[in-house]
Amino acid sequence: MYLMDRDDANSRNHSRFSDLGELDHPTGFPHDDAVDLSRNSIYNMKHDDVSIVSNINLGGLNSSIEIGVGEGVEVDARPLMFQKDAGVVTVASSAPLGNGNFENWAESVIADSQQTDTSTDVENDDKTQFRGAHHGTIVVVDSMDHSKRTGDQKTLRRLAQNREAARKSRLRKKAYVQQLENSRLKLTQLEQELQRARQQGVFVATGYSGDQIHPLGGNEGQFKLLLSSLIHGGPSHFYEAIVRKLPRAFVLCACLQLTEFHCSLISLLMTMFSGALAFDMDYARWLDEHQRLINELRCAVNSNMADNDLRLLVDGVMTHYDEVFRLKSLGAKSDAFHMLSGMWKTPAERCFMWLGGFRSSELLKILGNNLEPLTDHQLMGICNLQQSSQQAEDALSQGMEALQQSLAETLSSTPLGPAGGSGNVADYMGQMATSMGKLATLENFLHQADLLRQQTLQQMHRILTTRQAARALIVINDYLSRLRALSSLWLARPRD
Amino acid sequence: MHYQTQSWGAYVAPRNMGVDPLERIEKLASENAVVIFSMSTCCMCHAIKRLFCGMGVNPTVYELDEDPRGKDMEKALMRLLASSSAVPVVFIGGKLVGAMDRVMASHISGTLVPLLKEAGALWL
Repeated sequence: MYLMDRDDANSRNHSRFSDLGELDHPTGFPHDDAVDLSRNSIYNMKHDDVSIVSNINLGGLNSSIEIGVGEGVEVDARPLMFQKDAGVVTVASSAPLGNGNFENWAESVIADSQQTDTSTDVENDDKTQFRGAHHGTIVVVDSMDHSKRTGDQKTLRRLAQNREAARKSRLRKKAYVQQLENSRLKLTQLEQELQRARQQGVFVATGYSGDQIHPLGGNEGQFKLLLSSLIHGGPSHFYEAIVRKLPRAFVLCACLQLTEFHCSLISLLMTMFSGALAFDMDYARWLDEHQRLINELRCAVNSNMADNDLRLLVDGVMTHYDEVFRLKSLGAKSDAFHMLSGMWKTPAERCFMWLGGFRSSELLKILGNNLEPLTDHQLMGICNLQQSSQQAEDALSQGMEALQQSLAETLSSTPLGPAGGSGNVADYMGQMATSMGKLATLENFLHQADLLRQQTLQQMHRILTTRQAARALIVINDYLSRLRALSSLWLARPRD
Repeated sequence: MHYQTQSWGAYVAPRNMGVDPLERIEKLASENAVVIFSMSTCCMCHAIKRLFCGMGVNPTVYELDEDPRGKDMEKALMRLLASSSAVPVVFIGGKLVGAMDRVMASHISGTLVPLLKEAGALWL
């Protein structure tokens, strides 16, 4: 951590934040006599909002403005402060800064209330004075008269001036807290925009500080690769790496202001690698690899390859299928709704999908016509498989319907409508808790559906000979490819 | 499908009081060809019931949330299955088959129907 000189920091802040339009300057301090004091108080505060605001460096800004990071902040030794408006010289003790000892009791007012709450309660003068005595070592040097009457007057004046100072510091505190609230609002808005962009599959890179990477969906390798390409290779390598890694469907929209000097300082927050996006990318890569394997299989079948070699290829495809089910189970753990939505499939596939994937019984029906010659035994096996997968699918579908009905009942168990809005909060929370439990079973249904698909494929592989299995896998792939091609044609169709 | 209700449980209560829940489970499982331990609120249990009914089987269902000793049995089943969810659990011919995933796997691989026929739950 390093602190810039205040003036430089402020001017830099202004130039940086102007990029972002309306984001208020979070570190602007009101300028008055005790301006240094307020700066110190900020540095000494462990207020969360301060660290949040300073750490959001959007657009890859330099993270040099680290204020109130939360751990002990190193504060430059500043000269002792004098409260000029009092006419009374209040000399601070030489207590070290940064550990909560405030020189001026006015500052202790801010510190105390900040430690508890951001509320802007008006403190009594009595409280502030006692607190002041509690916190700092106050030495009052002043030319007090020996005469009691003038002494009283001076005391009264001093008290009034102290009250005045307390009032000023309260106002300053209010203003500062107001600024913090505004910044927090802006931050929430920006987060919401990011969330929206994320849902549309847009990749955004923002500035970040240190250890806040939360890669999900097993893409840690990706991060490190991109990060290292950035640090070692500079911007162009980084862009290349991203373009290579991201499939065509994703758009990179970031504004990184990288220079040679900042390359090694700037880190990326890959907030967009949420579970959903990670799965989408992994699935796209899996699909490409699958196509490649199927094409290899196709050549092998057409060239009448020997059964042993063909078996290796077929087993390879089956193992590759296991891989997609593994990816789907990871995806379901991080975002079951995304898997169920089928947004990772093309529109036509999505329309006819069942519980997060293809319908096994449907595929078997398609296979039935394309697999002659089959022995009687094999034919019976395939028929039984089709029937049992159909039964299992129906059972799971009915379970899902029961789930939906049960959820509807739970959500409407407390009165709805204009009169019911003012219901019991405890009831509402209980209702939500029950509903959450019900939603959790959704993951289980998704899991069972994927198991069903996987097991159907494996059983099919068991029943058929190597050559028949090879043909079957090619047929399945061709059918799904046609469905995907249909989606593309549909999307590209000319509209009147 | 027929449900064993509480009245039955109350009838045998004097005899079975204090019986180990696992023993009770085994006893109940051996009394019918297909026994399902379920809970009335569980949707996966509903799915498994529909699976058996769709095959033409008539399973005996025990709803643990309606049984006075249901809690103990639930815990015993969790230990038996080494899983965080006790239900649904299926016993065929007195032998444990498992939860939904095992039942479905055995159905797809074609071993469920012979098992049912052997236990006398399915004819044809």
